[in-house]
Amino acid sequence: MRKFLDEGKLILIAIPVLIWTLLPIYHLFVLSISNQESMLAGKLWPDNPTLQNFQIVFNQQHYYLHNFWRQLFNSFFIAVSTGLITLFVATFAAFAIARLKVRGGRTMMNLALATYLIPAAFLAIPMYKAMGSYGLLDTQASLILAMVALASPYAIWVLKQASDKLPKELDEAAVMDGATSLQLFRLVYLPLMKPSMVVIGIYALLLAWNEYLYAFLLLSSEKAVPLAVGLGLFLSADDAPWNLLMAAGLLYAIPPAVIYYGFRKNMVGGLTSGAVKS
Amino acid sequence: MSTAVMTAPISAPREDASGFTRDRAIWGTIMLAPYVLVFAVMVVYPVGYGLWLGLNWNSYKALFADPIFLRTVVNTVIFLFVAVNLKFLIALGLSGFFVQQRPWIRFVLVLFILPWAVPSIPTILSFRVMLNPENGMVNQQLFQWFGIMEGPGWLTDPTLAFAMSIVVHIWKSLPFWTLILITGRLAIAQDLYEAASVDGANRWQQFRFITWPSLATLYVTSTMLSMIWTLGDFNSVYLLNSGGPGDLNHVLSTLGIRYMRNNNLDLGIASIIVAMPLILPMVFVMVKRLSKGAEA
Repeated sequence: MRKFLDEGKLILIAIPVLIWTLLPIYHLFVLSISNQESMLAGKLWPDNPTLQNFQIVFNQQHYYLHNFWRQLFNSFFIAVSTGLITLFVATFAAFAIARLKVRGGRTMMNLALATYLIPAAFLAIPMYKAMGSYGLLDTQASLILAMVALASPYAIWVLKQASDKLPKELDEAAVMDGATSLQLFRLVYLPLMKPSMVVIGIYALLLAWNEYLYAFLLLSSEKAVPLAVGLGLFLSADDAPWNLLMAAGLLYAIPPAVIYYGFRKNMVGGLTSGAVKS
Repeated sequence: MSTAVMTAPISAPREDASGFTRDRAIWGTIMLAPYVLVFAVMVVYPVGYGLWLGLNWNSYKALFADPIFLRTVVNTVIFLFVAVNLKFLIALGLSGFFVQQRPWIRFVLVLFILPWAVPSIPTILSFRVMLNPENGMVNQQLFQWFGIMEGPGWLTDPTLAFAMSIVVHIWKSLPFWTLILITGRLAIAQDLYEAASVDGANRWQQFRFITWPSLATLYVTSTMLSMIWTLGDFNSVYLLNSGGPGDLNHVLSTLGIRYMRNNNLDLGIASIIVAMPLILPMVFVMVKRLSKGAEA
């Protein structure tokens, strides 16, 4: 199959694929360096490219951007907390299920998987209601908890699959030497699981950083919301300053893109091999 | 030393083993507890509460009397059917492109993954502005290049706007599924293709008799997974056009949220429960498939 396709035909496929992929991202970039006039004229390239939009964003000089830095920090805080807590919850659970074979572990695993498979938008309404009865609405704890609940099932599943691949003899040998479960976890399991744990930590972190719906439902005060919700506020105006939104949006999109490309090899391998195993 | 060797082998390991079993059970329970807690607090209670709120018969009557809801059900079915199948046909084809061993294709793949790697908010809003019928880039360019005064109402014409939310959905999720199918294709042994081309099989025959049989299970599993997740896609519809124009383009996930935001929580819950007969069988099948995959 490889040899039939020559370079020319491949390029004919590549061009539309790239245009399709990059057009909205290019548009995002062009608006972020456009002034108001060029933006409204829908130019392919602005007349006088400017970095002024970024300056306005950095100095929070627009009504919608008054809390830009605060919200950026909120996004960061929520993402990192979700990543760490998910890692903690999921690594323990995967170890208990896969290596300690705790009773009920398999059932728990299947229940978790079912949560992972139910569309998140459908869980949002009951979760919102529950957060109301816990009195956690409009606190960042509610969003972090929700994101941990959404990230953990997949995290546990991937970690459990990775755990199953570790040779059983390792545990047996350690137990022979008198290792307790905790020592097994600390000295044998954790060092071997590090690569998968990095993938899972980043997975949860990015999930939380990128989340819009839950953030927008659970948080409302301007000082508490992450940047995603702050940017969503632009939707409420008819003639919103889209160029400012795009400048801020570009800044918001860069960290996940950088992280993703930094860890690309581990991420793609780790997530896709686990994602659909038939 | 020698006495230890003589007596120890019989009794000591047993004691150790049973001691370890107890230790194991205790620590297993302790270590599973954090997730059980998260699950109870964030899944069991909310879902139970939701089901209890869903027991109100009147909300279903109100739901089915709402013309927006009926329209939404039809929308959701079309959205699922078109978006998922189109996405997978494209992904199947593109995965064949991306497995070609060329350095520049690897670079194209890196760019191709961007929509999946960056958050939805800026990119979907970029679509929204770009497709604005009056001053969006698309219609302005149509005017400049082709003199079209009034370009298509990308987001104001209901049918076109609905098609655009499908486009956005595909744009966002295509990279992920293409990656999955690439992984699937790479797992196929290369000598099969070599043997086939020696026997004079053409490209279609190679696809039909080698690629497809090896990919079929993965393809079907992925399609099902994608169907469930597409059902929950809130962003492509809401961020692009807020379910508009005139609430005509909602899908179940955005309509539920809309009910809730309008203080109609009962209807929101009811609209989700109505979708359950469709979702639960798929979830059940997928849980079985995925947990089996974990054993293999």
